[in-house]
Amino acid sequence: MGRIQLKNVTKTFGETQVIPPLDLTIEDGEFAVFVGPSGCGKSTLLRMIAGLEDCTSGDILIDDAVVTEVPPSKRGLAMVFQTYALYPHMTVRKNIAFPMRMAGISEAEQNTKIEAAAKALNLTDYLDRKPGQLSGGQRQRVAIGRAIVRDPTAFLFDEPLSNLDAALRVGMRLEISEMHNRLQTTMIYVTHDQVEAMTMADKIVVLRAGNIEQVGSPLELYRNPRNMFVAGFIGSPKMNFIEGEEASKHGAATLGVRPEHIEVSGTDGVWTGTVGVAEHLGSDTFFHIHGTGLADTLTVRAPGEIELHHGDTIHLTPREDRIHKFGADGLRL
Amino acid sequence: MAIVAHSSRAGRISRTTLAWLVALLFFFPIFWMVLTSFKTDADAVKPEFLFFFTPTLENYTNMTENYDYWRFATNSVITSVFATAFTLFVGIPAAYAMAFNPSRHTKDVLMWMLSTKMLPAAAVLYPMTFLTKNFLGIFDTHFLLILVLSLINLPIAIWMLFTYFKEIPKEIIEAAQMDGVTTWGEVKEILIPLAWGGIASTALLIFIFCWNEAYWTVRLTTTDAATLSKLIEGNRAPEGLFFGRLSAVSAAAVGPIIVLGWFCQKQLVQGLTFGAVK
Repeated sequence: MGRIQLKNVTKTFGETQVIPPLDLTIEDGEFAVFVGPSGCGKSTLLRMIAGLEDCTSGDILIDDAVVTEVPPSKRGLAMVFQTYALYPHMTVRKNIAFPMRMAGISEAEQNTKIEAAAKALNLTDYLDRKPGQLSGGQRQRVAIGRAIVRDPTAFLFDEPLSNLDAALRVGMRLEISEMHNRLQTTMIYVTHDQVEAMTMADKIVVLRAGNIEQVGSPLELYRNPRNMFVAGFIGSPKMNFIEGEEASKHGAATLGVRPEHIEVSGTDGVWTGTVGVAEHLGSDTFFHIHGTGLADTLTVRAPGEIELHHGDTIHLTPREDRIHKFGADGLRL
Repeated sequence: MAIVAHSSRAGRISRTTLAWLVALLFFFPIFWMVLTSFKTDADAVKPEFLFFFTPTLENYTNMTENYDYWRFATNSVITSVFATAFTLFVGIPAAYAMAFNPSRHTKDVLMWMLSTKMLPAAAVLYPMTFLTKNFLGIFDTHFLLILVLSLINLPIAIWMLFTYFKEIPKEIIEAAQMDGVTTWGEVKEILIPLAWGGIASTALLIFIFCWNEAYWTVRLTTTDAATLSKLIEGNRAPEGLFFGRLSAVSAAAVGPIIVLGWFCQKQLVQGLTFGAVK
């Protein structure tokens, strides 16, 4: 079991309130991702669940038991840090064995679990090396290995991939997702990368300045963002926002149209503009369009290879059923 | 190019010469002391015998046979070892707490600790002697010396240890907490192994300070707990200075610490410049 509840939790550093009163439930076995721009309080929230930060008020419950005052070592959670936080004076084997040794698990059982974890994480050949002799990806695997062997109630990940290069990040992302499918243990994952959030999460929690802006599955957030912040944060490239006359025509203060929901033509369309930059990726073509009179730049993602280049006139047609309307307060209409 | 190379070589030579001169200047008193310790008291004051004289071991045999050198040396070892141990015993947890669980007042506490070193020792001499002699009855005991030496060195030890501990990433300690370690486990499994170099150089420095301490060791002891500092002081006879005898005692007092420092110099230098260059 691993059901985690936050009830009216707040956090204040001195005079500054970083987490205003907040309620959240993460169900057993769920992969929840906290996402938001830097400084939004997502890491603080994770550290509060871990017990590394105190709650100023409110309660944290794990499997319906209040753990607010329980020290991190007694919460039964495992955490993977951004900086890996391996013990530099111990070999990989000893690093992985450490939590089991602290829990008083027999040496024979420790070894069985180490071998299994090392095999699953491709670390078998590195067990006798020190962390300093490993690459970033291998170090992160050791950190994950150290978390797995404890059979924790839940895994907490604090931006675990942000120190890795792009290619490695994609690989590790898949490994963590596969690990979740295999173990079916609750995981809470903090990231500022919305792609990681979209690809891994069962449930995304979008945070801004300590407030939960929206909670939902990746596609719920993509399809029905509650406000302009979520709309702009989820999805890549970012949603286009159009104000002024065009918005008023639709009875809104702002219109939101995702780049992939605009059709492109060289001959006719609702809107007309000039191609500023065209990025030809083969599978897709990204256009950055000026002079539409709607916004400084409109971004459009068209499938396939489209032979329009810098300076060409381009005609655009938004998909009416995918236009998002927002009021003057930024909320969805 | 040639000019540049030439002038830099000249510069290097003059710097080296200067370094040697300074080193010799500092070394000379020690050298003079060791030489004098092999002279008779009469020869010691005669300038013509500065470098050329008939060496004698008289001062050393005299010291061990008549002045009970080994008792003083044993007292020095006992007080220095236990004072160093006690300083670390209190200093490690204190520095650990301030490095990893700082509060708003940690900086003030550290400054306050350092400020205790600003108080002149002479200012508390009278109360210290009076209280320990007349009220506590611990005057001239190992216990008193160990306590006093620990307390006067504790601020320095905590500052040094604090600096070393600050270098350990906080996440490593947090990871250990998540891994189910107790507070004592954190210290034993993580802190001590990671800060071993720093702890060792702190210990070494504190040991040297304790060994060399003279102000309190001379004033708070008479015979039972008297250390080598007291032995040196005791050889300042009222009828004049016996340079030969005094030099032998001094050489025998600083000898052990010089040997220790020589063997641990790498550790000491590394410890003292720790964190200065990353």
